[in-house]
Amino acid sequence: MDKLITHSPILIIAIPLLAAFLTPLISRVNEKARDVLVITTLAFVEFLVIILARDIYANGIHIYTLGASSPTLTIPEQYMVPVRIILEVDAMSIFMGIISATVSLAAAVYSLSFMKEETGRDRFYTLLLLMIVGMFGMEFTGDMFNLFVFLEIASISGAALAAFRTRFTDAVEGGFKYIIISSAGALVVLFSVGIFYAQYNLLNIAALAQVIQYTMLDKIALALLVIAFAMKLGGVPLHMWVPDTYAAAPAGITAMLVVSSQACMYALFRVCFTLYGVTLNMATVGWIVIILGMLSMFVGVTMAIPQIDIKRLMSYHAISQSGYMLLGVGVGLAVLGNPEALATYGREAMSGGIFHIINHALYKGLLFLTAGALFYRTGTRDLNKMGGLGHNMKFTSIFFIIGALSISGIPPFNGFASKIMIYESVYRFNPILAVIAMLVSIITLASFTKAFQSAFTGPQLPQYKDVKEAPRSMLIGMGILASIIIFFSLFPGLIVGWIVYPAADALINQAIYISAVMGG
Amino acid sequence: MSKIVRTMSSILSLFIFVYGSYIIMHGHLTPGGGFQGGAVFASGVALLIVAFGSQNLHKSLKEHHLSILESGGALIFIGLAFGGIATVFFYNFLVGSPIFGHIPPPGPNPGDIWTAGVIPFMNLAVGLKVIAGLSAILLVMALATTITEVEE
Amino acid sequence: MMVGIPFNVPFLAVAALIGIAFYIILSQRNLIKLVMGLGIMASGVNLFLVTLGYREGGVAPIYTHAPIERMVLPVPQALTLTSIVIAVATLALMLSMVVHIYRHTGSIDSEESRTMKG
Repeated sequence: MDKLITHSPILIIAIPLLAAFLTPLISRVNEKARDVLVITTLAFVEFLVIILARDIYANGIHIYTLGASSPTLTIPEQYMVPVRIILEVDAMSIFMGIISATVSLAAAVYSLSFMKEETGRDRFYTLLLLMIVGMFGMEFTGDMFNLFVFLEIASISGAALAAFRTRFTDAVEGGFKYIIISSAGALVVLFSVGIFYAQYNLLNIAALAQVIQYTMLDKIALALLVIAFAMKLGGVPLHMWVPDTYAAAPAGITAMLVVSSQACMYALFRVCFTLYGVTLNMATVGWIVIILGMLSMFVGVTMAIPQIDIKRLMSYHAISQSGYMLLGVGVGLAVLGNPEALATYGREAMSGGIFHIINHALYKGLLFLTAGALFYRTGTRDLNKMGGLGHNMKFTSIFFIIGALSISGIPPFNGFASKIMIYESVYRFNPILAVIAMLVSIITLASFTKAFQSAFTGPQLPQYKDVKEAPRSMLIGMGILASIIIFFSLFPGLIVGWIVYPAADALINQAIYISAVMGG
Repeated sequence: MSKIVRTMSSILSLFIFVYGSYIIMHGHLTPGGGFQGGAVFASGVALLIVAFGSQNLHKSLKEHHLSILESGGALIFIGLAFGGIATVFFYNFLVGSPIFGHIPPPGPNPGDIWTAGVIPFMNLAVGLKVIAGLSAILLVMALATTITEVEE
Repeated sequence: MMVGIPFNVPFLAVAALIGIAFYIILSQRNLIKLVMGLGIMASGVNLFLVTLGYREGGVAPIYTHAPIERMVLPVPQALTLTSIVIAVATLALMLSMVVHIYRHTGSIDSEESRTMKG
């Protein structure tokens, strides 16, 4: 068991990778065996993530040096700096890992029936597992260049999955847009990695953070990184790809693309807090993140109101919700240099933002899955053509209600728990921001009421008389997410204490992250 | 393509294949390695596709065979990485053993292939994967464009 | 060892390549040209990385051909190689998507297709 925990950072990445290349071979023999393999792999990864998380909360950061003679040997004897690839998993990384593992498991179970009609499903599962590898890699790596590599793995497989149903024109176009944005963003990231290497001859995040000077070139690199990651996470001036890609991708994949965007958000936070940290001019960068968040929040929700395509509507809400996370963490970033403000409301705001990440992944994942179930049974995403589906699709409508109430921040759901943390702390930072955030929440509720009313309520339409409930595996996938949402809604305090505060502290305490690799 | 082109490209492609394999197998000593060698190898396949036409070549070279080869290459690579897990993932567990166990001598020398532990095997695995992957991409793309032309 | 960015030709070439690439990406409507723009951008970034690996008086890190004391650290070369591999995969995927778009819409002009605005 100890050995399993020691090796679990790499096993979480390597086992899906192994399974990804086993699936094409196994599906040649037996399709059922392949499905079992995929689900078992993801369940095992979830198990590994949980035991690793327990160990991290008890014993602190996990370091794993690939290819060394011992996992914790970061700096070989003759060297002054880390030269090998290092995985560094702290509370924030494992927090993102929990999100990725859970949502991927639900999405994969869901996809078992959703993709039943498609051809070439062995490739679908290969890409799905590769995308999971990319997300975990981004979250666990302690190395700037590997961040780029895993970012590309996640983007390429994500784009291929979004365009998987090539018989739909909009799916291919959505995937194309995604890959253009991602590869341009990733090249920008690579360019800034080059800037770091030119100045410090280092690639390791902890080693870089120790020596970074905040020169002009570093400022350029920071600007490039912020732009690239903001583009990838769908922040507002650079959000145009989000609705096209999210709406056209298969439903399970849309849920995973949300998580993939959040992995990019994690990378943004990691760069701002850990790489630059104390050397950074926090107020400026913090305000940039806050403004990005406010814009996303407001423009996202305004664009969502007139949508009649249910998945486009949800995509615009995804943009709007990521604004809350940026707002919360941005406030924390803005007061990072001020210990008093950080203790009174900065840490709380960051925790709210971070808690909102997991809540958003759960309820937005659930909502996209219900939209996929509607599409699976009715063949349309147009809200005007739906109606009265609540009669036949009872479970789906219950899941939709849970997701919709949670996203609108209605007590006692988990969306409320994280939003109230953001409102309270942001109010002490700047009251106007908090008021706008509350306003956005109300518009969100209105928009989802409209969507629910046009899809589920009303008289049964004649063309949907024979519509059946979604297949069982889709219900199980949605049920996993819905039950976690309910659990989080019942015990928000517990969750915040268990996983959210450690994650926020991990971002704030740059020194611990550095000393874990550099020693001393 | 004409008979001259076809004959010449079948002869030339053999040389390209040999050169590609050389680059893969000497990856741990000289510049090159799995990807570069695989790319050279796949350029030989590209030559064949141009000379014989993708549909003719498709009769003997099927994507799903390439797909098996590709997965096999990836599995060998990850398997070798897992081989070191007794110490650390990616640990070079063959160094010091009778198989490829030596450390390559530094300085100008003719090079000893029997060195570097798992690295030659990893090059071979990557080479397999790249050969299969790039050939499959070339073949599928060539097929896709010809089918579109037929449709119009 | 601090290496400032000296004013010399490779970096100008990098700037030119990336500038051209951005111009193409922002101005062209033809999807193939868009993909070519990204290819040029990848080349620009790769050239940047390779140029960073240059050290005055160093020799290429070929194990069997060079004295070990004067070898440069092959990290930038490794980075470039990885980035080239990734660029190959990305370009192949993008081109295959263009093939699909062409089959659906009969055009590779981004204005012609419905959702490809901006």
